[in-house]
Amino acid sequence: MKTIKYLGLGFFLVGFFIFTMAIFSGYFNFTEQELDCYISEKGYKSERLKEELLKSIVTDEKLSIFEFSSKVRATFETSNRHHEILISKYNSEKNWTKKGEEFQYKVSGKPHNLSFEIAKKAGKGFFKDQPTLAWWLTLGLGIFGALLFILPNVILLGKPVIKNDGIYHESATNRGFIAWLVLIYLVVFYLLLYFMPDYVVNWTFIFDPISNALNGGNASQWFVYGFLYCAIMLVMGARMYIKYRYNKYQIIRTTSVLFFQIVFAFLIPEIMTSLNMPGYDFKNAFPLDYDFFFEWNLKSLQNSGAIGLFILVWGIILTIIIVPVMVYFFGKRWYCSWVCGCGGLAETLGDPYRQHSDKSLNAWKLERWVIHLVLIFSILMTVVTLHCYFSGTSSLLGIKSQWIKDTYSFLIGAWFAGVIGTGFYPIFGNRIWCRFGCPLAAYLGFVQRFKSRFRITTNGGQCISCGNCSTYCEQGIDVRAYAQKGENIIRSSCVGCGICSAVCPRGVLKLENGPEKGRINPTKILLGNDVDLMKLLND
Amino acid sequence: MKINQQKMEHIVIIGNGIAGVTAARHIRKKSDKKITIISGESKYFFSRTALMYVYMGHLKFEHTQPYENWFWKKNNIELKEGFVTKIETDKNQLLFKDNSSLFYDKLIIATGSKPNKFGWKGQDLKGVMGLYHKQDLENLEKFAPNKGVCKRAVIVGGGLIGIELAEMLRSRKIPVTFLVRETSFWNSVLPTQESEMINRHILEHQIDLRLNSNLKEIISDENGQVKSVIIEETNEEILCNVVGLTAGVSPNIDFLKNTNIACNKGVLVNLYLETNIPNIYAIGDCAEQTHPIVNRRPIEAVWYTGRMMGETVAQTICDKKTEYKPGNWFNSAKFLDIEYQTYGWVFSEQTKSENEGCFQWQHPSENKCISISYDKNSHEFLGINTFGIRMRHEIFDQWLSEKKSVEHILEFLADANFDPEFYKSHEAEIVTKFNQEMSTNIQVKKKSWKRIFSKV
Ligand SMILES: Cc1cc2nc3c(=O)[nH]c(=O)nc-3n(C[C@H](O)[C@H](O)[C@H](O)COP(=O)(O)OP(=O)(O)OC[C@H]3O[C@@H](n4cnc5c(N)ncnc54)[C@H](O)[C@@H]3O)c2cc1C
Ligand code: SF4
Ligand code: SF4
Repeated sequence: MKTIKYLGLGFFLVGFFIFTMAIFSGYFNFTEQELDCYISEKGYKSERLKEELLKSIVTDEKLSIFEFSSKVRATFETSNRHHEILISKYNSEKNWTKKGEEFQYKVSGKPHNLSFEIAKKAGKGFFKDQPTLAWWLTLGLGIFGALLFILPNVILLGKPVIKNDGIYHESATNRGFIAWLVLIYLVVFYLLLYFMPDYVVNWTFIFDPISNALNGGNASQWFVYGFLYCAIMLVMGARMYIKYRYNKYQIIRTTSVLFFQIVFAFLIPEIMTSLNMPGYDFKNAFPLDYDFFFEWNLKSLQNSGAIGLFILVWGIILTIIIVPVMVYFFGKRWYCSWVCGCGGLAETLGDPYRQHSDKSLNAWKLERWVIHLVLIFSILMTVVTLHCYFSGTSSLLGIKSQWIKDTYSFLIGAWFAGVIGTGFYPIFGNRIWCRFGCPLAAYLGFVQRFKSRFRITTNGGQCISCGNCSTYCEQGIDVRAYAQKGENIIRSSCVGCGICSAVCPRGVLKLENGPEKGRINPTKILLGNDVDLMKLLND
Repeated sequence: MKINQQKMEHIVIIGNGIAGVTAARHIRKKSDKKITIISGESKYFFSRTALMYVYMGHLKFEHTQPYENWFWKKNNIELKEGFVTKIETDKNQLLFKDNSSLFYDKLIIATGSKPNKFGWKGQDLKGVMGLYHKQDLENLEKFAPNKGVCKRAVIVGGGLIGIELAEMLRSRKIPVTFLVRETSFWNSVLPTQESEMINRHILEHQIDLRLNSNLKEIISDENGQVKSVIIEETNEEILCNVVGLTAGVSPNIDFLKNTNIACNKGVLVNLYLETNIPNIYAIGDCAEQTHPIVNRRPIEAVWYTGRMMGETVAQTICDKKTEYKPGNWFNSAKFLDIEYQTYGWVFSEQTKSENEGCFQWQHPSENKCISISYDKNSHEFLGINTFGIRMRHEIFDQWLSEKKSVEHILEFLADANFDPEFYKSHEAEIVTKFNQEMSTNIQVKKKSWKRIFSKV
């Protein structure tokens, strides 16, 4: 069994290594013909751009992606600068017609994205030519190895009961150097994905056949991300099933998040795209889905006929009716740990790191500040955007719509939710985004705290203050602080993962939905003591 | 403010376990008296019950501390590290090992327990240890860091701490021999059905369980370290590197020997937790009731008792003299993988009285079972043991207080289930068996929130 496990680890590492090394492989260049073709396809009008591209990337030289990218970016910059100079020249000459004409020659877009698009066409080499084989050597080997590593646990872990043995002895789960390596890898991964997609263009080649089969187009970096997301959740979901196989709540919950991620977040949008509809994730609620009310989205929905209208109405109903009503009945868990994709990753890939959330009072204070600020930020952004959309202006109260959207997307969408939210798993715990950042969680939290039937019941006086619950609460809730006082846990941040209940050695905690009456039960004297004294002091 | 503080009564508590800390917290809630907690073990309160999880790698030591370090200062509770060697009751003064001293106006003794040692030969060798204090854990890390250093450990005494120690060592794959004096594990407390289930479960964990076995002596190697133990009954020698002494605990009160505070095994207290000396109280593991409360032992070395005594003594100290009147008995533990809860009194066959009937149910394949005891004549429900099934404390407490009949318990058993959602429940099977045995016709009622909360 152990051998199989290590063999699996070996396979996984090989697949992982090939995948990582893929970035450095292959070469990039254009023939003149290919360039012409590309330029007419994109509709670039600038002669200068064409000239420069001819000089830089039409070559026999086999450029690496990094050389290629820097050349392309420089080219676009030179060309754009050239036209800008002309614009200001015409401007000073007051030659308005010329100035107006000149604008069409400028190419807008982020340099790395422009470079990604060209690289996608200009790439050559093994990963481009043999995507299927490449898939098996990377993803295939990785998944196979990981499963081989995980599945023997059915036997190795022994009896199906809570197994946290050695978590604080292992480098990977006790903030050791393995954990730091994983952190660095994840952070770099997200930085590349969000800000330098051209560097990972080779990865997208691996997924072209699958992408074509699903949506009829080649894979973008987001397709790669979506696919990896699902694959990782599945593999780590298998780990979850094995680790908590005695716990039906965990089994059902894991099945649910896997289902919603794979079907709702991945397959349905892809299929919709292939049918020329806007790809929409029907479970992704605003304000987590922060660009739902962006102009481009509203326009695209408007232009998509009945389905577009349906999505628009659904999106609004989801946020203002379905989400809060469900929270009233079941607590925020129905979304955060049963449905949501971010939660899904946290509960599968992130499970080995759940103990790292900070339980201190200061962290709780910080949490309340930050998460509510993000909520306000997202609402402000949406108000500005909608105002501008309907009034046709470009700013509200001096806040430029484009600026606030860009800032939010950059700070919250990319850095907070991605780089920090997931990248920091191995050291700071698996729910950083959900706890400190997610505006939807903040909104659900209000409902859960003030109007819900959900609570974690504390079982009278049975708590022995051991601290397992607090330690394994991914949301950094000091569960023990409540349990040892005999108080039910009613906290806006609780995502109802149920792990505190699973790890408690004394059966003290139970997640349940019940009448609102009696949900909050402050106690001064715990159950077990003199009945009169309890009455006297608790009333 | 400062002047005021000096005039304030000074409450000194020896021992920062659950008993002492609970007392301090409740005194602070009700007054602004000066409070000092003394401990010779660790500056900050930690949960002794969680020591095992630190060794097993579930927790770090800091996780066993229920309060953050700023808590004490913020609540104006002073913490003093030091070991009290003597109490001068005539001078209201404590003397410390480092020769310092401290005055008190009122004193609470909450010094807990220490592991029993019965004068075995070799009981003080290196590698022989109890499992009680933080230092024991450090000792264990030293002598049993892994199965390479510790080739085998022998545990002496089959109680709750013994089985925890066995579980700890097994988590590092260290071979364990478990010497249990009784004919079956903990059968002075548990009915046979349950005791035997635990026996089997111990064996499932590859623990070498030796029933009917007493320790004769511990043998030293040339370095004064454990080499082996000899079993009394068979004279068998078992080679080992670590010996865990877990044959119960007794009050940790040696430092009171030459004082005029009346002691027996523990510090003798009346129902108000007062000792024979005015203004001195004793609570927790170290307190011994002069007149034990019905069914309860004079010394109750359990977490909950320490806590309840702390809650009570705080009232008395804050001028609301309150009798210690624990409510219905409850307890819980975990035997390796099997959770155990008990409410009310279920006695083993050895200790139960004539009028007690016991209804039992056991799952055909899983480690789950229950025993419900009742009065044969009145059918009053007396208590329940559950293994592998969680039960709701409040409901059972209510049923016990209201002296419900055993039939009532079975009918409404679903209300009391506390297992996580979606778990399979067994009320139907349990009641069917009860109906067969007792020729009754009880129908299981579905869980009702209304009934569960009828009390609140
Ligand atoms: C491994 C283990 C597991 C347990 N599990 C459970 C369980 O699951 N359920 C349960 O109900 N109970 C359990 N218990 C028992 C429970 O922990 C004790 O009953 C409880 O901790 C007693 O609390 P206490 O406050 O009376 O004393 P303690 O917690 O023992 O605290 C007394 C403190 O006083 C200090 N002290 C003693 N003498 C002096 C002195 N002269 N000067 C200065 N300081 C001194 C000691 O060092 C200690 O820190 C367990 C015990 C152990 C050891
Ligand atoms: S309190 Fe419990 S259920 Fe809620 S998030 Fe924390 S561990 Fe999960
Ligand atoms: S895990 Fe259970 S016993 Fe331990 S502190 Fe939490 S509620 Fe209490």
